Amino acid sequence: MSLIELSAYQLTQQIKNKKSSCREIVDEFLERIDDVEERVKAFVTVLPEEARRRADLLDKRLQSGEDIGPLGGVPVAVKDLLCTRGLRTTCSSRMLENFVAPYDAHVVERLAADGAITIGKANMDEFAMGSSTENSAFFPTRNPWDLGRVPGGSSGGSTAAVAALEAPLALGSDTGGSIRQPAAYCGCVGMKPTYGLVSRYGLIAFASSLDQIGPVTNDVRDAALLLQTIAGHDRRDTTSINRPLPDYLSALTGDIKGLRVGVPREFFAQGVEGYVSDAVRKAIDKLCELGAEAVEVSMPTTEYALATYYIIAPSEASSNLARYDGVQYGLRRHEPGDDIIAMLSKTRAAGFGHEVQHRILIGTHALSSGFYDAYYSKAQKVRTLIRRDFEKAFEQCDVLATPTAPTVAFELGAKTDDPFAMKLADVCTIPVNMAGLPAISLPCGLHDGLPIGLQLIGNLLDESTILRAAHAYEQATEWHKQRAELTKK
Amino acid sequence: MRLTPPEVDHIALLARLDLSPAERERAGAELSQILDHFEQLKELDTEGVEPTSHVLPVVNVLRHDEARPGLSREAALSNAPEQAGGMFQVPRVVEAE
Repeated sequence: MSLIELSAYQLTQQIKNKKSSCREIVDEFLERIDDVEERVKAFVTVLPEEARRRADLLDKRLQSGEDIGPLGGVPVAVKDLLCTRGLRTTCSSRMLENFVAPYDAHVVERLAADGAITIGKANMDEFAMGSSTENSAFFPTRNPWDLGRVPGGSSGGSTAAVAALEAPLALGSDTGGSIRQPAAYCGCVGMKPTYGLVSRYGLIAFASSLDQIGPVTNDVRDAALLLQTIAGHDRRDTTSINRPLPDYLSALTGDIKGLRVGVPREFFAQGVEGYVSDAVRKAIDKLCELGAEAVEVSMPTTEYALATYYIIAPSEASSNLARYDGVQYGLRRHEPGDDIIAMLSKTRAAGFGHEVQHRILIGTHALSSGFYDAYYSKAQKVRTLIRRDFEKAFEQCDVLATPTAPTVAFELGAKTDDPFAMKLADVCTIPVNMAGLPAISLPCGLHDGLPIGLQLIGNLLDESTILRAAHAYEQATEWHKQRAELTKK
Repeated sequence: MRLTPPEVDHIALLARLDLSPAERERAGAELSQILDHFEQLKELDTEGVEPTSHVLPVVNVLRHDEARPGLSREAALSNAPEQAGGMFQVPRVVEAE
């Protein structure tokens, strides 16, 4: 078996047992990137020199008997909205095309402290706005399972890199499903932790009350491993939760006897294809075979989550993206004699792509004088109702099982002319962000050779239970062992 | 709900986006379409419901008023599109008399 086929956990064992050096591992992944990146286009920036230099350094530390950390020597792809000091951090936007971050994001510091090696910056929908990675200002990323299809988004570069074995681990960010939906489309494991579990310091903000950073991996054990590294309190993010972390790896006991699995019927409506419902219901049957117990639950506010999201997220985005003014960093456009408003308006029109401008306009309108109560305030109240649905459901069950996305990956260009059709791709994931809950997507089937995702949603800060359930399911099935062929179907 | 061209102009000005006439047209149509979707929320009774701005019960996280190292001036200016004399340069904001 070649090194690129090993999980991150196996790679750390390989290094610990002195079967491979960090340099050998990095070289194999860089070679893989050389071979397949032209087809997949997962990275905005590949970092061969930096990665090799860091691998050599780690190997030296190993030779002198040092412990290089729980992720020692493992390459990671980092979504290009996480700041990396001294390296370009673009958000896949013309606005930040030449932005060199002056500091590291908290999670990037944590990766380095635990011995991981950043191998590249992953492509994404511009400013994380989109569900297909087609909104990247640079190029679309391809789905490794069918190069004619999208990888999902917005963390499509992260999931494509992991599915194509260009990196064993990746970081993504999830505002309305941006880790879980592309993980489902690419046959990966993708996890959105509880809001506040992972510090957002150094994450380029989209919608601050919803954004959360999380792992993208090829199996559940690796997701637990990576979560352990990135979770934990950071005083630089005032929404960061300050309490002791559980040991996520030790949650993977394989035992789910008596686990109550809630099945919310509303998540199986809303345009969910029959083949998706069938695969997810089969997965629930499998969980029951393993000792879990299925409970039907109802969450009537679910159908309002999409409209609520499309008020709250653009409103917060319009405020967050006001910082791109052509003054401190980023693109600047002006002509002699322009006043400050002309400079701002030309800069922003030239620097932002269509979808980003569209969402800024929605948010600006929703927050503007006279409309605030009808839109933003109303949406925040509906958000409370959505949370109550979840609270009620968790009185009856320990985890919720739903589809991650209503379909398998769609073809490139299929939905770019129909923005609302694109947004429906997130209909099963958005409610989770509204309630700040943790959720994981993992592969549970194939349709026409394309992966289907199972979403397990947990109660607040109960990552351990969804990891345990996901791991038990994975141990009893073979879906996570299937690999993409990197061809066009 | 159909937004009028002056309404679209107003939103674009507030958002500081310099849109071409064709972009204004498209923005008006797309915004009107999404506002129609928002109408759905009127079906829900939210009388007396508290808004959720954040899911965590975390309020007023304070820290001691102590200086910490920050970015150097050089680092802070390193991405500036235009700078002069160690400062960010912007077009004239206050009109000369």
